[in-house]
Amino acid sequence: MDLTVLLVKGLIILVIFGITLLIATYSTYAERKVAAFLQDRLGPNRAGPFGLLQPIADAGKMFFKEDFIPAQASKWLFILGPCLAMLTALMSSAVIPFGDSIRLAWDGTNYDIPMQAIEINIGVLYIFGVVSLGVYGIMVGGWASNNKFSLLGAIRAASQNISYEIALGLSLIAILMMTGSLSLRAIVNEQATFFEWNVFTQPLGFIIFLTCAFAECNRTPFDLPECETELVGGYHTEYSSMKLGFYLFAEYINMFVSSAFISSLYFGGYHYPFMNAVHDGLTGSLGEIAGHNIATAIGTVVFFAKIFFFIFFFMWVRWTIPRFRYDQLMNLGWKSLIPLSILNVVVTGAGLLYDIKYTTWLIVVVMVVLALTSNARAPKSQAAPQRA
Amino acid sequence: MQLTNRSKQVSNKEMTMAEKMYLPSIVQGLAITIKHFFMKKPTIQYPEVKRYLGPVFRGHHVLKRDEQGRERCTACGLCAVACPAEAISMVAAERKKGEENLYREEKYAAVYEINMLRCIFCGLCEEACPKQAVYLRHDRMVPVFLERDDIVYGKDKLVERLDDRYVRMNSEVKATPTEPSLTKAAT
Ligand code: SF4
Ligand code: SF4
Repeated sequence: MDLTVLLVKGLIILVIFGITLLIATYSTYAERKVAAFLQDRLGPNRAGPFGLLQPIADAGKMFFKEDFIPAQASKWLFILGPCLAMLTALMSSAVIPFGDSIRLAWDGTNYDIPMQAIEINIGVLYIFGVVSLGVYGIMVGGWASNNKFSLLGAIRAASQNISYEIALGLSLIAILMMTGSLSLRAIVNEQATFFEWNVFTQPLGFIIFLTCAFAECNRTPFDLPECETELVGGYHTEYSSMKLGFYLFAEYINMFVSSAFISSLYFGGYHYPFMNAVHDGLTGSLGEIAGHNIATAIGTVVFFAKIFFFIFFFMWVRWTIPRFRYDQLMNLGWKSLIPLSILNVVVTGAGLLYDIKYTTWLIVVVMVVLALTSNARAPKSQAAPQRA
Repeated sequence: MQLTNRSKQVSNKEMTMAEKMYLPSIVQGLAITIKHFFMKKPTIQYPEVKRYLGPVFRGHHVLKRDEQGRERCTACGLCAVACPAEAISMVAAERKKGEENLYREEKYAAVYEINMLRCIFCGLCEEACPKQAVYLRHDRMVPVFLERDDIVYGKDKLVERLDDRYVRMNSEVKATPTEPSLTKAAT
């Protein structure tokens, strides 16, 4: 049995690895398509049907470019940078529960193998650790390039990641308080009923988390580390060939992982409305094992649908909002998001004291009222004076 | 002066609370972009679908023949002089007896070459020609070159084929009325 578990686990790990890479690859294609569609264009459509072979063409191009290492660069760190970025990006998908469990019959007993590479009871902490390691990839790469622009980009990335990680963690604490566990699977299972999805119990936390996730992934509107108008290419200015490819690829993997993370933390993971009814119906009609496995598969599909929506959302936002200025970024992080998330924690705690889950809506209501009154009180903008 | 009615006065006033939250305007922006996502795309898939470029488009050169199928060019060299890119060169020859059905004038261009790498498709040759002999077709482009030898277009590629007469389909763009014989059928 141990061997079977090992095999199935190994298979799951390999599949997750493959899927992560595949999704990241096609995210590059999706990004270009989404960008094009949002801008009334068609996007890549020449390589293969609908341009589906475009990522392969891109990768081929990357591989055949000259792999250049600047003379003044510190060679090993220069190589280490993209490797670190890629490694940390790939590691973080290990603890995400992609589905309920696969049921196997063995010697008359049923074994449930969770659809997850490793189930650890500190999954959230693990992701945090790995994600904050991710900044080393950028930092090392930027520093080793021995280029002012790269270094500036790397510093920006580091300070931005550190600032937003605090708000990210604080907004998560509210969820941890409600679940009482650091295990991602426990958090997902907590949200079995639709209206207990954390997005309904923690609306403010969700918005803060989403904002910080954008910043952690270095995506627009927080893509200051690679801001072309100011820093040439940011931390990867000096990189070429597949090293550059690794950096860009790591960004897409990060996007996939954060989408998965957001959907499992706030959108119920593999849960969907009437899930138990579907599960019972399937096990009733198809038998204990097949029914359970099919129900799991449906849950996984639902989970991936949520992930794809968030990946789309990431791109949608990218092609809508312009980049923040650096002081705005820091102001938003330190002066708005951190106080708000602390408030969120306090209010959630107070609510839990009386067993009410939806207390954070209070903050949302107060903020909406404040916003409306402030808008009403603001001096009406006069019609622009016409110049002759 | 106001160019459009969409221009806005920029102001540096303090942001209101709602504006400081960014979210309302972000949602607005997202709504706008998603509307564009589902809009019909105006792209024309170029090599498969070609847009009509109008009757004044300056494309492939053509050395016209007249109604009886005789070459109009008299090798006067005015096009070569007018050409700002110096793309045209020619060798003149005298028409022999019995060639009256081939060349309209007594002198004709035995060799007439346009270097398509030099040509900038300005159409000045067309304007300069006193014999209405050289035109830039509005309906055909010079194709991409694949060989060095393809760059210089000789008479074989330039002279109008009898089964493929070029007609500029536009009543407004008339040939300069120096020749009364220039009817639409002939040109
Ligand atoms: S179109 Fe202009 S550049 Fe080209 S051959 Fe005629 S005169 Fe020269
Ligand atoms: S094309 Fe016209 S301008 Fe040029 S040589 Fe012939 S007759 Fe003269």
